Amino acid sequence: MSNSPLQYKPRLWLNWAIFISLGLLILFIPVPAVATAPTTRSFQIDAKRFEYNPAILKVNQGDVVSIDLVATDVVHGLSIDGYNLEVTADPGKTAHLTFVADQGGTFRFHCTVTCGNMHPFMSGKLEVGQNVLMWRGIALAGLALAAGIRKVVR
Amino acid sequence: MTRLQEIPWIEKIAADTNVIQPIPGDRLPLRLNLYRLRRLRPLLENRWPQLLVRVLTLSGFVFSIAAGLAGSRVGSHNFAIIIIWIAWWTALKLAFIPLGGRSWCSICPIPLPGDWLQQGGILPTRRQRFGLNLHWPRKLRGAWLQAGGFLLIGLFSAVTLTAPQVTSGVLIGLFALAIGLSLVFEHRAFCTYLCPVGGFSGMYAKLSPVEVRVIDKEICAQHEVKSCYQACPWGLYPVAFRGSAACGLCMECLRICPKDNLALNIRTFGADLGERKSASRLDETGLALVMLGSVLAFSAVFLGPWGWLKSAAFGIGSHSWLAYSLGYLLINLVLLPGLFVLVVWWREKFIHDWKKLRQAIATQAQALFPLGLLVWIAFTIAFAFSKLNLVIGVLNDPLGWGWHWLGVISTPSTIPVSSLILLVEVGLLAAGLFWSASVTRKLSVEHGKRNTVRSLPVLVFSLVFTVMMMWLLVG
Repeated sequence: MSNSPLQYKPRLWLNWAIFISLGLLILFIPVPAVATAPTTRSFQIDAKRFEYNPAILKVNQGDVVSIDLVATDVVHGLSIDGYNLEVTADPGKTAHLTFVADQGGTFRFHCTVTCGNMHPFMSGKLEVGQNVLMWRGIALAGLALAAGIRKVVR
Repeated sequence: MTRLQEIPWIEKIAADTNVIQPIPGDRLPLRLNLYRLRRLRPLLENRWPQLLVRVLTLSGFVFSIAAGLAGSRVGSHNFAIIIIWIAWWTALKLAFIPLGGRSWCSICPIPLPGDWLQQGGILPTRRQRFGLNLHWPRKLRGAWLQAGGFLLIGLFSAVTLTAPQVTSGVLIGLFALAIGLSLVFEHRAFCTYLCPVGGFSGMYAKLSPVEVRVIDKEICAQHEVKSCYQACPWGLYPVAFRGSAACGLCMECLRICPKDNLALNIRTFGADLGERKSASRLDETGLALVMLGSVLAFSAVFLGPWGWLKSAAFGIGSHSWLAYSLGYLLINLVLLPGLFVLVVWWREKFIHDWKKLRQAIATQAQALFPLGLLVWIAFTIAFAFSKLNLVIGVLNDPLGWGWHWLGVISTPSTIPVSSLILLVEVGLLAAGLFWSASVTRKLSVEHGKRNTVRSLPVLVFSLVFTVMMMWLLVG
């Protein structure tokens, strides 16, 4: 009998189909958001070279988020991935930003004004509700490990 | 073990051809020889297309150095920073290495002047080599220096990746070192033993679907001239290839072989992995762990929200930078290697035979190669994707002097990262873990029996590392 890897092996294909289906299920199955009464969350973010303080903002989905961006050294900006929002603060001045956190997940925010060498990496995190993607990722990692151990490959 | 002088049995070939007789089961399944494709062969056979590409990359390299020295000091507006660390790095990690192994080495501009000096001309037509032509010291062989070089780059990464003049300095240093070593040592000593990019490209080339291999070893045994070895700028002897780590895909052996006995094969991904008897080496294990430690550190520095860490990594010479350096070295030289040795030692039931343990560490380290490659791809997407639009910006205005070569007035400073990109990163990390676990599973076969449970510590190591990376990238 030939050992060619191209040989049709029903069980192998079945294993692949099962693991891929489970993987897609883990990634895309809808997870109901935890219902909380929306409130207004206010933050003052001090921005200085390469650093936001605080750099991690936690809110619930549906909250009204109010941010005062204070630039303490040079001009800094703040733009949030996924929210299409941007604000710029001059040195010593405060810029204001208000929005409704209607999308769940973790979003990076970045400085939008060149403020020094590490400017492209000046970032922070906005955590809206649970970080579902992280939990999906951990579950997917578990599945990948199981698939690797199990005879999915020849 | 692919350099001629490093193969103990090589001198016996003429007298005892049985040494390299094909052994039963030594077949290469699922291979497509690209060198036999009628339309592709002329492109590979002719040296000019490759030379043309190398001259182009050399021009880009020299222009990058000039731009770094003369252009804007703002990294995101300078050709050197954006083309080298965003465009080239992305191409290297997402295309050259996963799809072509050491394919970048075949068009890399850095060793080009050294090659010209060694071969006494632009094309390798003369046998007389220029320079001292010394053997590389035996004690300095292996990937240790390449791992050290990568660690060094990591210590200064925040400055190197953001300051154009420093990038130029690094490029000039690498260029000078490559030329200098080509005048002292034989073959491509710099690429083989020093270049950090060559180091990890070679290691991850074991996963790539490309290889150069001898078609029939018997024909080589009967061929006394060994023209492939004579022609190889790397000093390799293709008959002895047991993996793709050392071959720079320069194609000289294919061009020179009078018997047409060499193949440029397309194969399945990861074909070099999973064999207990494969040429696993402790130096490669060290490099693999340095690559894992570095990607953890770079993810924290460049992608994390911790401004103090960015300032520490950037402030060379400051107390905070010393603390950062200490942490970086501890992760790479103590923590990860220590943990990996521990899990393999556990796997080997706490044996006291150091020689056996060394072999087990080197063998089990094969699982780190796919893990490392996929993690680096995920990191590169996270690191570079949002900045790819800057490539248009520096092509429009390479020196940051306000030019508009492409007629582009302004480009956004970053591209917003969509949830799809984050999903891709998660998928890549999971795929790396899957591949790593598959290799561990293959390696768990001993004496004809599979014992995956015994490999659990290694699997847990890979899982924990993957979850840590996931937290840094999407957490």
